[in-house]
Amino acid sequence: MMRRLKTRITLIAFGVALLAAPLVVRRPYHQSIMVFIGINALAATGLNLLMGYAGQVSLGHAAFLGIGGYTSAVLTVNHGANPWLAMIAGVALTVLVAWVMGVPTLRLHGHYLAIATLGFGMIVNVIFVEWRGLTGGQSGIPGVPEPSIAGVALDTHVRFYYLVWACVYAATVASANIAKSRPGRALRAISSSELAAQTAGINTARYKLHVFVLSAALASLAGSMWVHYINFANPEPFNFAYSIELVVMAVLGGLGNIWGPAVGAGVITMLSQVLQPAGRLLGDWLGRAVIDLDVPAFGLILVLMLIFLPRGVTTSLGMLFQRRRSAGEAG
Amino acid sequence: MSIWSQILQHAFSGLTLGSIYAIIALGFTIIYNATEIVNFAQGEFVMLGAMTMVTLHVGVGLPLWLAFPLSVAAGGIVGSLLERLALRRLRNSSVLTLIIVTIGVSIFLRGAAMIAWGRNAMLLPPFSQRDAFFVGQASIMPQSLWVLGVTVALVAGLMLFYSRTLVGKGMRAVAINRYGAQLVGVSPPRMVFWSFALSGALGASAGILIAPITLAVYNMGTMLGLKGFAAAIFGGLGSSAGAIMGGITLGLLESFAGGFISSGYKDAVAFLILLAVLFAKPTGMLGGKTGRQ
Amino acid sequence: MTTASTKPGEIILETQGLTMRFGGLVAVDRIDLAVPRALVTAIIGPNGAGKTTVFNLLSGVLRPTSGMIHFLRQRIDGAPAHAIAALGLARTFQNVQLFEHMTVLDNVMIGRHTRTRTGFLDAALSLPRARREDRDAHQMCLEALAFVGLAHRAEDDATSLPFGQQRLVELARAIVAQPQLVLLDEPAAGLNTRERAELAKIITALPQRGITPLLVDHDMDLVMDISHQVSVLNHGHKIAEGPPRRVQSDPQVIEAYLGEEAAAC
Repeated sequence: MMRRLKTRITLIAFGVALLAAPLVVRRPYHQSIMVFIGINALAATGLNLLMGYAGQVSLGHAAFLGIGGYTSAVLTVNHGANPWLAMIAGVALTVLVAWVMGVPTLRLHGHYLAIATLGFGMIVNVIFVEWRGLTGGQSGIPGVPEPSIAGVALDTHVRFYYLVWACVYAATVASANIAKSRPGRALRAISSSELAAQTAGINTARYKLHVFVLSAALASLAGSMWVHYINFANPEPFNFAYSIELVVMAVLGGLGNIWGPAVGAGVITMLSQVLQPAGRLLGDWLGRAVIDLDVPAFGLILVLMLIFLPRGVTTSLGMLFQRRRSAGEAG
Repeated sequence: MSIWSQILQHAFSGLTLGSIYAIIALGFTIIYNATEIVNFAQGEFVMLGAMTMVTLHVGVGLPLWLAFPLSVAAGGIVGSLLERLALRRLRNSSVLTLIIVTIGVSIFLRGAAMIAWGRNAMLLPPFSQRDAFFVGQASIMPQSLWVLGVTVALVAGLMLFYSRTLVGKGMRAVAINRYGAQLVGVSPPRMVFWSFALSGALGASAGILIAPITLAVYNMGTMLGLKGFAAAIFGGLGSSAGAIMGGITLGLLESFAGGFISSGYKDAVAFLILLAVLFAKPTGMLGGKTGRQ
Repeated sequence: MTTASTKPGEIILETQGLTMRFGGLVAVDRIDLAVPRALVTAIIGPNGAGKTTVFNLLSGVLRPTSGMIHFLRQRIDGAPAHAIAALGLARTFQNVQLFEHMTVLDNVMIGRHTRTRTGFLDAALSLPRARREDRDAHQMCLEALAFVGLAHRAEDDATSLPFGQQRLVELARAIVAQPQLVLLDEPAAGLNTRERAELAKIITALPQRGITPLLVDHDMDLVMDISHQVSVLNHGHKIAEGPPRRVQSDPQVIEAYLGEEAAAC
């Protein structure tokens, strides 16, 4: 009971902080970073449900963002559709694809599951690049309009920030509710022992499929928002590297922890922001044109984190506080 | 060009490519048999072999016969460093952790290569300076013959290694029965170390062989690694014969698809095959996880 | 709440010609069983007799090579495990399969899965009926934990408990599913004398809660004390069946167990 109260308080505090943030952060550049963090957090929330609660893996999640994003772009640019409807259509298409893919894929486990999702992501990315008639190939689809609410276009950083983070907030609350209820317990049981879960009456195949589709739907929303925000859709962001980034965000944040996605998204997104100027400095010093320091640093951080902090930031911090508290009580 | 010449040409390039995939797939198989880990950084060994070779042979000017083994050794060293520094501490981690760690290592190696060598593709001259020769109307590159020849030599060498040398037999023993191997004095951690070193060396050779045809660039490892992995799964993860068969088959299919269907979609071929195998028979064509070499 | 009839002695589970073949090995060979309601039935036999395989067949973990299984007059051989559980057949495991990273209470709450209906949407929106269902389940699970004497450990991490207590948590999980039949796989293994006596009391109290226990055990003592009927397996065959006293003195049974003892020397 205490845990639930704590979660509730934290959620309220989180909500207040989200509402207030744009008042504190004024520079448009920083505000746009917050939007990107939000989009990543939304996608990572879905991934957290899939990996953290249900114990599955997806190394091709960028594909679902891409399907949502391209559906938004094609429907709004080529067919003049309303952006909101296009987003919903994107989710519908993604749900269909995820369903069809999910049935055979989720029968696999461990490495095989990981590589199947990876293969899927690759194929979808190739389709984005090669199906030039539909997607515009590498050149993409420019001129994607922003959605509007009651006639007000969401064409400023702050307005989009509220849209994205409202969705993240809703998804976080929903995750918290799911986690402490029957489906949440079922997912965690599946992640611990599928066999025992089945003999306890849990239809593991169906649950895995449902959470897979749910995580794909959230990714689709994130992808649509990305495309509407930068007014452009192209294959480059929806590739293997981004799928891995999302996994890292979920893992770094802490799998199975509802704050994990936001924390992970925040850390990783800001990491590249910090490392890029550092890379430029290094480039100047080495006399070379452009240095992407964030790439090897990213890899290194990933490895070090898994060696020293395998449960992720939030979970490890939580465990740290637990230990301090019980030590204080005992002493 | 007549249809037969086209077929011949695609078959040849498919065999060439397939040999590369086969070598990379063998690298996956060796590590998997010793540790049940899938090493997603395998592709980077390929890249490092190619890049090191360019630096030693073109940059420093070492002759081929010297630069080749040195570059292969470099691959082996990176492989063993990976095992020693990163994976040794994570022996009992979850599958997900191991997957992400090897991915992390591959990202690190790729980024480091980009810093060290820049973004531009580099040219490695073919081993024998000859122009393409013709069989009918099909154009065949001499480098292809090198690839095929060296691949055969490598496979033969591996077979000898497994059957004649102590380390090779030890690795087979550990793959079949870890505990039993320990009982007869084989040290599994040692064998794991050698598996990684061997994999690294194999990967590097693949990179050196293919670089004259496809150029050497910092990000060449990703796709090659993934396709090599697809080949290993196709043949059956854990089966050396499967790795070779899978590699050749994949190379041929990709080449024909690229030639007759569309060159853009040919990358998807490998992954479509991968998914098909995983959905229908995850243990692969030749059975897989039996630990047998 | 109870379905069908509650006649004691009515057969709720029966198998006909149940056979399981693994390649060339016949693990279970044409076994006929009949488990009556509200009485404690046991299956015993030396190691490797096929007892756990029978349980795996009954609970749907394995699909029989041939033969039929009827539960509550419905055919269940070949049905998926979760469907069999939903019909009212619960099971515990020999090596105790508690869910990790979950509290004792949460582990027991899983047992309520087949009796509750909250789905993703209801849960995400935290609808009143979802919360009510959770509260009721919570209540029932605490009560089950009290029944096995572990209410005070409800919030502890399940896998941190000593083995004997983990056994009891698993039992509580099976109980809250309100099954008609519970399969207990070697429930006494690894328990000391005192724990074994506790366990015997709990098992014999189950029929009063409407739950028929079917247990498998390697050890004669517990079984003889609490069972109404015993079936003995050896090498996949049923070699004897009847009340404990009679089975105990059956020469074939003695030979089967003696043979094992001789082999162990």
